[in-house]
Amino acid sequence: MSATRAAVTISGVDKVFRTRKGGEVHALSDVSLEVAAGEFVSLIGPSGCGKSTLMRLVADLDPVTSGTIEVFGKSVEQARKDQDYGIAFQQAGLLPWRTVRANIELPLEIHGVEARARRERSDELLALIGLEDFADHHPDQLSGGMKQRVAIARSMAERPRLLLMDEPFGALDEMTREHMQNELVALCQETGAAVIFVTHSIPEAVFLSDRVVVMSPRPGRITDVIDLSFSSRDEELREDAAFYEGVTAVRSALHGGADASSGPRGVENR
Amino acid sequence: MRGATTARTMLAPAVLGVVAIALWQLLVVAFDVAPFLVPSPSGIADAFARSLSHIVDAARVTGLNALIGLVMGALTGILVAILANALRVMSQMLAPLVAALAVIPIVALAPVFYAMFGAAAHTGRQIIAAIAVFVPMYLNTLNGLRQVEPVHRDLMRSYAATAEQANRLLLLPGAVPYVLNGLKIGSSLAVISALIAEYFGGPANGLGKAITSAAAGSNYTGAWAYVLGAVLLGALFYGVTAGIEAWALRRRGGS
Ligand SMILES: Nc1ncnc2c1ncn2[C@@H]1O[C@H](COP(=O)(O)OP(=O)(O)OP(=O)(O)O)[C@@H](O)[C@H]1O
Ligand SMILES: [Mg+2]
Repeated sequence: MSATRAAVTISGVDKVFRTRKGGEVHALSDVSLEVAAGEFVSLIGPSGCGKSTLMRLVADLDPVTSGTIEVFGKSVEQARKDQDYGIAFQQAGLLPWRTVRANIELPLEIHGVEARARRERSDELLALIGLEDFADHHPDQLSGGMKQRVAIARSMAERPRLLLMDEPFGALDEMTREHMQNELVALCQETGAAVIFVTHSIPEAVFLSDRVVVMSPRPGRITDVIDLSFSSRDEELREDAAFYEGVTAVRSALHGGADASSGPRGVENR
Repeated sequence: MRGATTARTMLAPAVLGVVAIALWQLLVVAFDVAPFLVPSPSGIADAFARSLSHIVDAARVTGLNALIGLVMGALTGILVAILANALRVMSQMLAPLVAALAVIPIVALAPVFYAMFGAAAHTGRQIIAAIAVFVPMYLNTLNGLRQVEPVHRDLMRSYAATAEQANRLLLLPGAVPYVLNGLKIGSSLAVISALIAEYFGGPANGLGKAITSAAAGSNYTGAWAYVLGAVLLGALFYGVTAGIEAWALRRRGGS
């Protein structure tokens, strides 16, 4: 890891949602985490443990209740205004009246990139996600997995130094999923982008991550951080003994961190 | 598939129309109804054919007033809705005014406008049509602008998009189906308002005036021929705006 500076520094963050009926949901409690530049960190944990919430706080889409978050040494607001991150949401969130290509080019268009450069970039990204033939289709003509791939391409359009990805591969079939995982690994090595990656799949987290952060709910908190220092991430790793050790380590951390009675829910063991 | 469905949806009303007209003709002839009560369809068709060129001229005058009113009302409706969506206070301030405009019969203001702009001008009629169009345009557009999905709002925020960019790239395209629906409703209102406004005075070369003067001269079949002209003018406006709506929605690729 050639990390010189932290990409994201989360210190003592609490997030409390006030519901309309006057109730309170303690979504995150005393969460601290540092993600180095170029580091790949996965968040894993049962449904409702605050993974999406944490990502939204880093993206400055919701304010923290207490604690601080810095992105590349700046406030989250400044980092958002400087376009320091790209984000892929849990739902694809494509604009239905725009074609696939126009959806991918949306951030470039907003930030004043000229048409020819936009087109070059969207050509690259369409090739990356394997949807060259669908460039002029509208989202309602795509499958769920294809939409998700377009959303991923859109999040990478501006080659951000930080990628925030909320279950981006959840809707993909196993083949496409492994392909996209390999592409993501290659992309991160190429661009040196840091990634915060939410997933429900233990093997996916282990394959992709430098570190896997295990969370537990009510209130959402970090219960374990598992270091995985694989020398390389290629197809061979998927069959490697070290990989299976990693899977076992994350699985036992998940089981240890959850209620003994109920066990983790919403986590796939595939 | 689409062609067959369209044919079927158009066939049923067409058959109904033909049957109704045949029945009407039959009843008028069978009971020997006087033309000033109910003229026969064939009589109206006759009168329509005889004064066709005058009907077309009159329809041009009324149609132009309606068109100018439609464009003015639509543009102001959209613009004011964009402002009201951006400024909550403004939409709250406008709510009672729009409700009042929706219930007051705007054509009742026609005599006032003739006094303001002079009896020789069409301005009053155009303004009346514009006000009538404004109401559905404003309400529909505002409703459309508010149909933003939270994930799209988040997306725009993550891009640090300006309010102008969010309006142009997200809110307005999202509101297009609502705007076009408003335009379709407004098109009929524009024709009706421009036509009825003529009943209260002003230049005498429009369809509305032709109807009243034919009726006043006991030319009832002629009056009905002009009414038929007005129906066709309204159908033209509605058909064109409905066509624009269907075309735009197909082009933008569902939602
Ligand atoms: N806007 C909100 N208002 C109130 N409560 C919220 C809001 N957003 C999230 N929560 C609550 O915060 C908790 C964490 O939600 P979050 O969406 O972060 O979970 P998650 O880990 O992403 O779950 P999943 O794996 O199902 O996506 C949940 O209890 C949820 O009900
Ligand atoms: Mg979530």
